Amino acid sequence: MSDAKRAECLRGKGVTKIFGMGDKKTVAVDHVDFDFREGEIISIVGESGSGKTTLSKMLLGLISVSEGQIYFQGQPRDIKGGKKKREYWKNIQAIFQDPFSSYNMFNKIDSVLLDCINMRGGKHLPYEEKFKLMSEACSFVNLEFKELTNKYPFELSGGQMQRLMIARIFLLKPKILLADEPTSMIDACSRSTILDMLLKLRDEINMTVIFITHDIGLAYYISDQVYIMEHGKFVEHGAAEECIIHPKAAYTKRLINDVPKIYEEWDLSTV
Amino acid sequence: MKNTLRNIFHSPKFVIGFVIFFGLLLFTFIYPWFVMADPLEMVGQGNFFKPGTYVSVKDTVDSKYYTLNIQAKSANLGDHIEDKDKADMRDWLVNYGGVSQEEMDAADDNTLVALWLEHYDSKAKQKGLLASKKKAFVRLDKEIQKLASDADMIIAQENEDGELEETASVDSQQYVNTRDISNKRTFVLGTDNFGRDVLTELVQATKVSLKIGLIAGTVATLIGLLLGLLSGYIGGVFDDVIIFITNLFTVIPSFVLLILITYSVGQNARGVTLIATVIGATSWTWTCRSVRSQVISLRNRDHVNLSKLSGHSMMRIVLTDILPYVASYVVMAFILQISSGILAEAQLSMLGLGPSTTTTATLGQMMNWATLYAAHLNGSWWAYFPVVFVITIIAFSLNLMNTGLDQVFNPQLRD
Amino acid sequence: MGKVMLEVKNLKTKYVTRLREDVYAVDGVSLKIEEGKSLGVAGESGCGKSTLALSLMGYYFPPLHYMSGDIIVDGKNISGMKPDDVRRNVLGTEIAYIPQAAMNALNPTQKIIRFIEDVIHVHDPGMSKKDVYDLAKERFGILGLPEEVLQKHAVELSGGMKQRTVIAISTILSPKVLIADEPSSALDVTSQKMVIKMMRDLMDKGYIKSMIFITHELPLLYNVTDDIMVMYAGQIVEKGSAREMVFDPLHPYTKGLMGSIIVPEEGVRENKLTAIPGTPPNLKHPPKGCRFADRCKYATPTCSGMEVPTIEMPNGREYRCLMSERKIREVYENE
Repeated sequence: MSDAKRAECLRGKGVTKIFGMGDKKTVAVDHVDFDFREGEIISIVGESGSGKTTLSKMLLGLISVSEGQIYFQGQPRDIKGGKKKREYWKNIQAIFQDPFSSYNMFNKIDSVLLDCINMRGGKHLPYEEKFKLMSEACSFVNLEFKELTNKYPFELSGGQMQRLMIARIFLLKPKILLADEPTSMIDACSRSTILDMLLKLRDEINMTVIFITHDIGLAYYISDQVYIMEHGKFVEHGAAEECIIHPKAAYTKRLINDVPKIYEEWDLSTV
Repeated sequence: MKNTLRNIFHSPKFVIGFVIFFGLLLFTFIYPWFVMADPLEMVGQGNFFKPGTYVSVKDTVDSKYYTLNIQAKSANLGDHIEDKDKADMRDWLVNYGGVSQEEMDAADDNTLVALWLEHYDSKAKQKGLLASKKKAFVRLDKEIQKLASDADMIIAQENEDGELEETASVDSQQYVNTRDISNKRTFVLGTDNFGRDVLTELVQATKVSLKIGLIAGTVATLIGLLLGLLSGYIGGVFDDVIIFITNLFTVIPSFVLLILITYSVGQNARGVTLIATVIGATSWTWTCRSVRSQVISLRNRDHVNLSKLSGHSMMRIVLTDILPYVASYVVMAFILQISSGILAEAQLSMLGLGPSTTTTATLGQMMNWATLYAAHLNGSWWAYFPVVFVITIIAFSLNLMNTGLDQVFNPQLRD
Repeated sequence: MGKVMLEVKNLKTKYVTRLREDVYAVDGVSLKIEEGKSLGVAGESGCGKSTLALSLMGYYFPPLHYMSGDIIVDGKNISGMKPDDVRRNVLGTEIAYIPQAAMNALNPTQKIIRFIEDVIHVHDPGMSKKDVYDLAKERFGILGLPEEVLQKHAVELSGGMKQRTVIAISTILSPKVLIADEPSSALDVTSQKMVIKMMRDLMDKGYIKSMIFITHELPLLYNVTDDIMVMYAGQIVEKGSAREMVFDPLHPYTKGLMGSIIVPEEGVRENKLTAIPGTPPNLKHPPKGCRFADRCKYATPTCSGMEVPTIEMPNGREYRCLMSERKIREVYENE
């Protein structure tokens, strides 16, 4: 899994986001460099207010980059104008934290999935073909498409809704998936399913998954590469094993120290 | 969607408001089928006729008579003597007429009059009574004598020589059947200052006012919704400009604006539709502001972001991902705009700046006429009270519907 | 065996909804906590753990309604008491409750010391302001909160500090039972650790006699409480000491839950996470038999046919399953 073998996917140089002007200026993301390789799961770990969501919005192209440059597959990313943006968005998709706000509650599940097929140029396929694709996507995430037709997303549980989001990704097959805390609002036993599916996306479709989380345990479990973020800067990055089991930065050490443990003693005195 | 509708019709407040409003609307449509007269036809010659049935005097004379054994005298007296006078009569009879208190307590109007006729004597000793009061009793007695008179009346007709010729005599026991009288007219709510039937006029005015409310509400909601959606979603400079215009409209009292616009349009051009449009065009600001603030919070919702990532056009995102979420609010705003549109028209017309038309009435104009002809001073309540009542009931039913909807759409407000 | 601080016998409560479809959120819960002990309550969202916390206070307001059962706090039965009596005589002195969003409950226009005065004056109206201040100062000092906090407004404090302040305020009367419902879930890990340390201190120094800690984070429960109780669909499915529950779960649901624990410790990456398929039953119409039967891979037709009794083991452990302990271990062994 060394860096050299894998193709470059997203690379950033001095990426900065500044909100406001003058006295009210806040630097949300402060000159970060990163290098995400294809087919890896990359975790960005940070506490609330560390700027990880701002960074993810910049990666998605939903907000502009104040300074610095993001490179996509080795080329400087150019998303000025609606057409270029739409072209870029064919390569990157997202899953967000709150499944309940990720769906338009007035659209049925079929239309959510059909929309994805239409986007991938399958508009003129016969319905049987579309049905097959949708069933395939649903079975990828252990859902039964027949039971979902004519239902609204809010009739499902949080975990099922999040899985449907992954089914959507499976249909769209983007190069990069940005998962912004996809498991923080769902129960532990549904969480494992989601994580397994993200791993499956990486292994089966060679998707690059950018996993944004505040939970260092999750990052350790799922990722190949870990970036630890504090106050808009990356304080440490590297392979998961090395970064989390043998942390070097003081901040990482503190984070790991403050998470409750099971196998080791959790030292309460060091607060 | 179906579920929401079911919930809405489970809300008692909404249902009551809905029934009142649509009952009223339906009435304005059904009433003209039965009463086909022109609502602005001047039937009466004179101002403010009391509510009631009017029969032709001439036809009454011409009708067939029936002799009924009814105490016509005392009925007349009972109706024509005021309560105050009756009390005075009782006092006089007890104090000076020698009638015992018990007998007086038991007496009804008929016996009271009989006792009065029997016992009253203007020359009796009336100790402790002022001279003016004594005279008043004499006058009262004369009146009662006149009313109680059994004398027959003669109906005469002028002949060719200009002399009167007796055609019939009418005694007090003679009656006519109202069915036999061919010319009669009932004014349930009397007539107004121009002698027009208030009820018919009111029904038409309600219809026109509702139309004004609907047009004003639609115009205001459409402008507000469109500007709110666009400024909220697009943001940036566009938003700044829109919000500047909105603030401008909010800061200048819209009623003043309304007066200025209607005044400048000119007397001849002010039709119903124009007034309604002008009202709508000055009252869209609140809809715009609230839609904008809702859109701003929706704009950052994940499903909108996902829709963007799916490459949908702005138009589609606004229409499918944002509009349905604000729809419930817009419906409620629309209902309130109807109500405020009707009120704004009433206010304008009261000032004489309403639709200047001689072919239709509006609720505000009816109020204006009633005020101009001092209906409130001469006690002609039927000229303005029903109008006020209808305005109130419309505003009440619309607000009730709005509150009901609010409870359905904002579950936190329930219970 | 210590003195029993809180005993709950077959408590049942429900939510009454507008459409007359009652939700039986807590359906027959019995538990016992001794002095100096803490009990953790775990479960998925919607399993009734937060409702249990509200029900235990005896402070019912619509839509939550009390149905049956006893809540005995230090020998005193508080079930069926009027809300006003509960507020005056139970809350604060007998039971203290800390919800997840407790830190947002502080009125931002008042100084912290005013809240403490309010709390104390409900129970002891005669206490002078100075005495209150001294008491608060002492307590804050012991709990490691700076004294300046007392003179500050809530808006001047950070989230973690606010949460700790609220805990200090609500335990100022040394209640017998502290019920904490996800007190640290909305906080960063460092603040969370401070909150946990403070609650430990409160227990160790005897300011609270016993504690019920409700959270969905199992590693946290393992480190905070002596015993863990797992709830599912309004019922207790298993109860035991923290170590037993995490490393040796008996009930299939507990096993699934424990199998989904993720901690940043060496070797965890190689663990296979377990996932429980399906969704919990609808509590408007709870199933007759075992409520977990639909999702359980060991379920037999008998499971959904009859009410499953709770099996109590000699060491105080209990679980609600038709399989015997030996059978369960055998089944798990063979996987």
